Amino acid sequence: MPSTSASSDERTSARSGSGSPILSLRGISKHFGAVAALTDIDLDINAGEVVAVVGDNGAGKSTLVKVLAGVHSPSSGTLSFESREVTVPTPADAHALGIATVFQDLALCENLSVVDNLFLGQELRKLRLHEAEMETRSWDLLRQLSAKIPTVRIPVAALSGGQRQTVAIARSLLGDPKIIILDEPTAALGVAQTAEVLNLVERLRDRGLGVVMVSHNMADVLAVCDRVAVLRLGRNNGTFDVAGLSSEELVAAITGADDNAVTKRSARSQPRPGATPTSATTTPTPNPLTEREPDD
Amino acid sequence: MTEQAVKSPPQALDRQDERLRQDTGLRGAVRGFFDRVRAGDVGVLPVAVGLVIIWTVFQLLNPIFLSSANLVNLTLESAPVGVIALGIVCILLVAEIDLSVGSVSGLAAAVLAVLLVNQGLPLGVALLAAILTGSAIGLLYSQIFLRFGIPSFVITLAGLLSFLGLQIYVLGAAGSINLPFDSPLVRFAQTAFVPAWLSYVLVVLAAAGLFGSGYAQIRERRERGLSHGTMRGLAIRSVLVLAGLGFAVYYLNRTRGVGWMFVLFIALVLVMHYMLSRTAWGRAMYAVGGNAEAARRAGIKVNAIYTSAFVLVSTFAAVGGVLAAARLAAANQSSGGGDVNLNAIAAAVIGGTSLFGGRGTAFAALLGVLVIQSISSGLTLLNLDSSFRFIVTGVVLLLAVAIDSISRRSRSSHGTA
Repeated sequence: MPSTSASSDERTSARSGSGSPILSLRGISKHFGAVAALTDIDLDINAGEVVAVVGDNGAGKSTLVKVLAGVHSPSSGTLSFESREVTVPTPADAHALGIATVFQDLALCENLSVVDNLFLGQELRKLRLHEAEMETRSWDLLRQLSAKIPTVRIPVAALSGGQRQTVAIARSLLGDPKIIILDEPTAALGVAQTAEVLNLVERLRDRGLGVVMVSHNMADVLAVCDRVAVLRLGRNNGTFDVAGLSSEELVAAITGADDNAVTKRSARSQPRPGATPTSATTTPTPNPLTEREPDD
Repeated sequence: MTEQAVKSPPQALDRQDERLRQDTGLRGAVRGFFDRVRAGDVGVLPVAVGLVIIWTVFQLLNPIFLSSANLVNLTLESAPVGVIALGIVCILLVAEIDLSVGSVSGLAAAVLAVLLVNQGLPLGVALLAAILTGSAIGLLYSQIFLRFGIPSFVITLAGLLSFLGLQIYVLGAAGSINLPFDSPLVRFAQTAFVPAWLSYVLVVLAAAGLFGSGYAQIRERRERGLSHGTMRGLAIRSVLVLAGLGFAVYYLNRTRGVGWMFVLFIALVLVMHYMLSRTAWGRAMYAVGGNAEAARRAGIKVNAIYTSAFVLVSTFAAVGGVLAAARLAAANQSSGGGDVNLNAIAAAVIGGTSLFGGRGTAFAALLGVLVIQSISSGLTLLNLDSSFRFIVTGVVLLLAVAIDSISRRSRSSHGTA
């Protein structure tokens, strides 16, 4: 695979200091019966870095997220967190390690207020809820994220999509995680809300968190991410630095239209309008991984 | 932040958003109240209005209705069904239902009578066995619900019939067992009244408790720079509660007074209110009723919450059955039969508990059962038999559910469903 941990850009190295990634995946595979959803996935996530995971439908993005979140256990391969080899059999274990996940459907209780949702399952003083303290901390958290929520005492049902996304992200930050995984954070959002969430992602990075963002939206990926890991049919299909990467190159890597993404990447000054998804569908490449190195 | 700080009074932490209307003082409170009602957050308003209408109509039709003696009776009649309704509130909060509370209450009454009278066991043992029967049934329901995923209304509909059969079997050939009138349990339900002086002490304690917790809340929020109510508003509310409860107790004391059984019911309501609104368990109940999957992902043990709800509703049903048997001084084949089931469910719903889950308070049981029993008592005073009572109660139940559905629609059109 393209060696990426060495190619961390200056922003990352400046922020994270230590060179070793917080979370590394080595040779992660996941089988569902006869179907190999993930095969030999390698991925590194550094502190203060936004890594996008992109790929077509069925590329294995959601499976990867679920493996990281502790929903599925990998069939083989190793996970290292802060250079220690770990396993995450349950979501609670992932949370305890410092991996927080915001799922696509957000999983908020609409009948409860913002404060109630933020502290759901981790209330202060179980037998005599400390409402005032929880509300104060909610405001602190939402202020840090520059969240635009008028009052935290209204039910979540009254919030817009972007505001709900903010609440879901804020909740994942309560346990002080080191890695935050966002599954399609902008999928259901309008233009303004998308911008809000992207701002939020940048603020998370500025706080020194490692952010994994799963997305279909090339514009969003190119706007906020530092690196892009492309999945195709459950395999690594290259990891790219975003600096200078064009949308077309990315699409080519996702769809496998271009068997030679690395070459194109080295010559990325030339725009390639010819690489369209349409041409990709006509190329049923059983092995689209020619740019991967044989030792992968 | 800087332009916020320029505004003259330092603004509370939770009142800084410029889009937020600053509702302060009495006028702000009134305006906020009307806004909430219009947006479908009706709370106890319909039931309070309904209670006033019902009482006015029956008082006009029969001046005995609001007499002290009748109201004392009303409170005593309310307690057994009210306790059952308290359990119904719990199960409705997690968006499930228990249709078998009547049968379970009847079975508990039968178990109590058989153990106490036929077996001659001590009262404590018989009471414990009767109530634990309810808990065991709840546990059974929850296990069936969680293991096989059968809808709760089917499970409890099966339970309705099965436990009615068990009740008849337990009672045996006689079919009816009288409890001894000198039993402390029967005296507790029939003739035990709070001494007048003690009833006033309890009223003062209630008002003081309200003031105390309100004061603690204001102080806690002020320390943290959050918006808080005024001391004057709190004092006004406490004095109103003191006066209202004081008058009610004074009026009941003109005849027999406040029954200990009703005090027990109120105490259970207060305990459940605290549990539901101020503990993590209560928060989890609302969360599971609102979005069970979200609750699961938040780390809540959803199965344990469902189990607690099923056990609570059956246990409260058993307690209600015991109280009803004590009040009647007998357990028979029709204990817990007839309209007990529907009355308890209607009371919870009329009191403002949503059938759709995640909405309602413990006070719904108290207010709802007062409505149900008022209708029942009023119609009895008018010499109308149970046929009318069934019809009217049915219509009122439908009305309550309609209000629930309409307010839910209103909430969703105001974006707060």
